[in-house]
Amino acid sequence: MQRPRIAVHKFASCDGCQLAFLNAGAALLTLAQRVDIVHFAEAGWLDPLAEVDIAFVEGSISTPHDIERIRAVRASANYLVTLGACATAGGLQALRNGIRESANWVADLYASPQYIESLPESRPISAHVKVDLEIWGCPVTTEQVLGATANLLNGVAPVNPGEPVCVECKRRGHACVVVTQNAPCMGPVTRTGCGALCPGVGRACYGCFGPAELPNAASMAKHFEQSGLSKREVARRFLFITSAAQPFADIGRHYQDE
Amino acid sequence: MLARVEGEGALDLSIENGEISELRLRIFEPPRLFEKFLEGRSHLEVPDMVARICGICPVAYQMSAVQALESILGIEPTPWIRDMRRLFYCGEWIESHSLHIHLLAAPDFLGFSNAIDMAGKYPDVVRRGLRIQEAGNAIISFLGGRSVHPVGARVGGFWHAPAAAAAAKLLAELQALLPEAEALVLWTAALPLPHATQDFECVSLGHAGEYPITRGRIVSSRGLDISIAAFADEFQESHAPHSTALHCHHRGQDYLVGPLARLNLNLDQLPAPTRALLERCGMRFPSFNVFHSIVARALEIHAAFVEAIRLLEAYAPTATPYLEAAPRAGVGFGASEAPRGILWHRYELNEDGSIASARIVPPTSQNQARIEADLRASLHRFGLEQPEEKIRQHAETVIRNYDPCISCATHFLKLSIKHKA
Repeated sequence: MQRPRIAVHKFASCDGCQLAFLNAGAALLTLAQRVDIVHFAEAGWLDPLAEVDIAFVEGSISTPHDIERIRAVRASANYLVTLGACATAGGLQALRNGIRESANWVADLYASPQYIESLPESRPISAHVKVDLEIWGCPVTTEQVLGATANLLNGVAPVNPGEPVCVECKRRGHACVVVTQNAPCMGPVTRTGCGALCPGVGRACYGCFGPAELPNAASMAKHFEQSGLSKREVARRFLFITSAAQPFADIGRHYQDE
Repeated sequence: MLARVEGEGALDLSIENGEISELRLRIFEPPRLFEKFLEGRSHLEVPDMVARICGICPVAYQMSAVQALESILGIEPTPWIRDMRRLFYCGEWIESHSLHIHLLAAPDFLGFSNAIDMAGKYPDVVRRGLRIQEAGNAIISFLGGRSVHPVGARVGGFWHAPAAAAAAKLLAELQALLPEAEALVLWTAALPLPHATQDFECVSLGHAGEYPITRGRIVSSRGLDISIAAFADEFQESHAPHSTALHCHHRGQDYLVGPLARLNLNLDQLPAPTRALLERCGMRFPSFNVFHSIVARALEIHAAFVEAIRLLEAYAPTATPYLEAAPRAGVGFGASEAPRGILWHRYELNEDGSIASARIVPPTSQNQARIEADLRASLHRFGLEQPEEKIRQHAETVIRNYDPCISCATHFLKLSIKHKA
């Protein structure tokens, strides 16, 4: 029987989500025994146009060339799975979206801006092609990625929990940082998956796994304001790692413009 | 200035009458404009933001940033905070260096195109490498909760002090692996590395009494010795049309940062067991053969193990894992030794603690001119009449010595050679 084929592609990103594979330890060797890795530039496989069962995509779309590339990835893949905040929501670099001056930023940072080719916005993969599964996280974890791989290859719908960080936080028995410190914790509106790490070290969640399912972001924002944050500070809580994801984008912009 | 990290690379080579007439290493990671995003943010948000510049070395970005910001705020870290930062950083050196040695560089020297194929013939070597990499990640997670974009560090110190039991468990793991780190050094020293000495300036941090990781002055093999605040007077960045990574020169000359430069300049600061191991492995440093970088990385892994074990043996939790200070306006500098070399930050703070401006110089933009100079010399020596595939392989191997960044340190080099009569 032919082994399943997988590919890992990179767009604008920090490379951190690909580490879910490269930091997997012995599980990386096991994975390589069970599937054929046909494209994964970071690890040495190079065949970007090969037909695959699963294409994993890290990074956001931010140049004209990226758009052509992601269409080719979609055409070659049975399943397309996005890895992390950049691919799923445009990433931290989406902070430039909708800001008029951002066109001048390239000129501020580079002596020869005419050599830099860039789109005005950083957008998620789903803005350009159909995505079969979106894995949230900044970064995604090895458990999420290998779990999804195993599920897809066995014909099982992958588990992709959308509950908030609070649920996991309670399960782990951490002291609630909202109750004990009045900290501006994003846990009630942020997707689980990290293991409630921030409350675990006594700090407020900053939303790196993106919006939970059906988050009451408006109410959360109002709570932040009542607990002493300025409107700009409230805006910055939502406009951070996944600033282009709804409803964080709308709430954040609303408070920023007020 | 950095507004993106290093990504995919390509090499353009023009050969005219048997000589290289043009050589350009192109880096085309799209710009991500981080320095602009920082403007207007609270200084307390900086560590979480700059971590996202690089998934391989987020600790380096966090540590250079907090050093700069604390110098503005007037925070002087306690010995506990200093020690834990060094430990945290040792984890990143171990993780990043081991990943580079095993998954990226070693296949070159043993004739494989990737580490999985290499594991077919050398399973124990690859498994040892993965275990060492995991140990590095475990150190970062001990203080940071996770190894990529850790959440434990903050301006002023760490959010919490881990329990003594967690430290004891980590210590036992590292002690058990120390002999493997030792074996790794001997293994890299026995690799068939090419002989190719060049003339270049090595630049690193230097600090009395310790192998430089989190702090120091900027020193070089040609006698430079300056404070980190003077960096911008000595080193100039320019923007080459073919790359989104800026090129940095020292008074017009290329220079080397990273493990080989650090080792060459700080041999006398290596921990005693690492120095003894260096004697035993038969290699001689200082070395100006860039292929010896893989051995320098292995030696730094060993040194980081020795340091981490020393710091964990003395570990006790503290009631004040971080210090706080009221915001004030000012300018501050931070420099630390990222796995790939000096990572320099400069911040200007407004009175309310928001960022007025930020400037970040990563190691890869410092090494890029050196990589191009090395390629010119190395490919010439290798023989420009060689088949294109062989030139490509050799060029990749040379580039990987510098570990420019994980994604361009891989086999994704597109080579275009133009032959002119």
